[in-house]
Amino acid sequence: MELNEKIRRFIEANLVVFEDEAEFEDDDNIFEMGFVNSLFAMKMVNYIEQEFGIEISNDDLEISNFSTVNRIVNYINEKK
Amino acid sequence: MKEQARQERIIAEAREFANTKIRPFAAEFEHTGILPGDLIKEMAGRGYLAAGFPREFDGLGLDPVNYGFFTEEIGKACASTRGLLTVHTSLVGEALLRWANDAQKEKWLKPMARGEKIACFALTEPDVGTDAKSIQTSYRKEGNTYFINGRKKWITMGDIADLFLVVAQGEGGVTAFIVERDKGGVKTERIKGLLAGKAAHIAEVEFNETQVPAENVITKEGGGFSYVVNTALDHGRYSIAWGGLALAVEATEAMVTYSRKRSQFGKKIYNHQLIQGIIGDAVTKIHAGRALCMRAGEMRKSGDGDAVIETTIAKYFTSKIAMQVAIDAVQVHGGNGCYDQYPVERIFREAKILEIIEGTSQVQQEIISSFGLRRYYRK
Repeated sequence: MELNEKIRRFIEANLVVFEDEAEFEDDDNIFEMGFVNSLFAMKMVNYIEQEFGIEISNDDLEISNFSTVNRIVNYINEKK
Repeated sequence: MKEQARQERIIAEAREFANTKIRPFAAEFEHTGILPGDLIKEMAGRGYLAAGFPREFDGLGLDPVNYGFFTEEIGKACASTRGLLTVHTSLVGEALLRWANDAQKEKWLKPMARGEKIACFALTEPDVGTDAKSIQTSYRKEGNTYFINGRKKWITMGDIADLFLVVAQGEGGVTAFIVERDKGGVKTERIKGLLAGKAAHIAEVEFNETQVPAENVITKEGGGFSYVVNTALDHGRYSIAWGGLALAVEATEAMVTYSRKRSQFGKKIYNHQLIQGIIGDAVTKIHAGRALCMRAGEMRKSGDGDAVIETTIAKYFTSKIAMQVAIDAVQVHGGNGCYDQYPVERIFREAKILEIIEGTSQVQQEIISSFGLRRYYRK
């Protein structure tokens, strides 16, 4: 599975709205759209660390690093 | 196997410690409103204040499941003593283990493990509870120093704490800090007249131009608050899940024992089928609660992504059954259940608190519902 698709699936499994009401492109800010909550931010960080073996440093804990599918993918690619 | 045996031995020792050093004095702690310093020191000496910390930070290195069993043993004996573990070890300790930098861990975790520094979690305010983003405590930055102003309320162990994990609002966004009492600018006032948790040193905390160096920011200004708070609350909920189970088990043991000793109408009251019904329900509830707690613990141990929701479900369930079983335990005790010479009177009051702290039952229901509406939807 492509990385974009993997991340998208994780996001869709953690939406605060139903997936059929939450259409978003890979560059859409899922936090600003209200599709996820602050708990998601923690879950996403845990997911990236577990799934990709990346240690996310405190300096990288900007929501903006994890606010779109593309940004998450770019972040993972940079750190891998 | 060797490691599991080591951890089981720690739990067995904790049970013995609770039976001899905590349970016999739980009523006295409540009556005086004091968790004795000597008890805290002794717990620290045994590593109990760092039961879940890795051994490199002077912890006992219990895995999540065994930390749960450990919490249960202490929580059965005295909810206020368990409260110390919930805030000091679970909420603050685990948040620092996860998010503090190496220098911060070195500075605070070992003194916390040794009981030289007691830590508390200062999020809730007089006007802000569950809605953490609306906090009013503020900070401003001048040079390399932050100045914090505001009030926090319902802070467990706040009255005796040396370290405060504080969440405050400022220009750079909501930020988490460690405030050290001995640096000045911190005033705490004990909250009296509480329903329960009377020995948990619950306090109102005032920060007045409290100076905090930049190196005390946890993660970073603005960016990291939600990670720190959510990690802390997740661990807090895990602790409360086992705390709820602990009260339910303690109440069940009390009602079973009482029903086998107390006679009415010429026979022990356990012979009455309506009493058997109550006991049957209580036993079923505690077995179900234990299954949920253990499942949450196993998922935390394996790093399962659903561990957070499973922990929420466990906390919601065990805090509810603690209340239900405690009500029934009082009922089985009759008049004696309403008398402070019987522990069920205290358990009855303590159980209510668990349905409110670390997120009310209603907030847990919303979170669980949100999960369920997705997980159990058929396309």
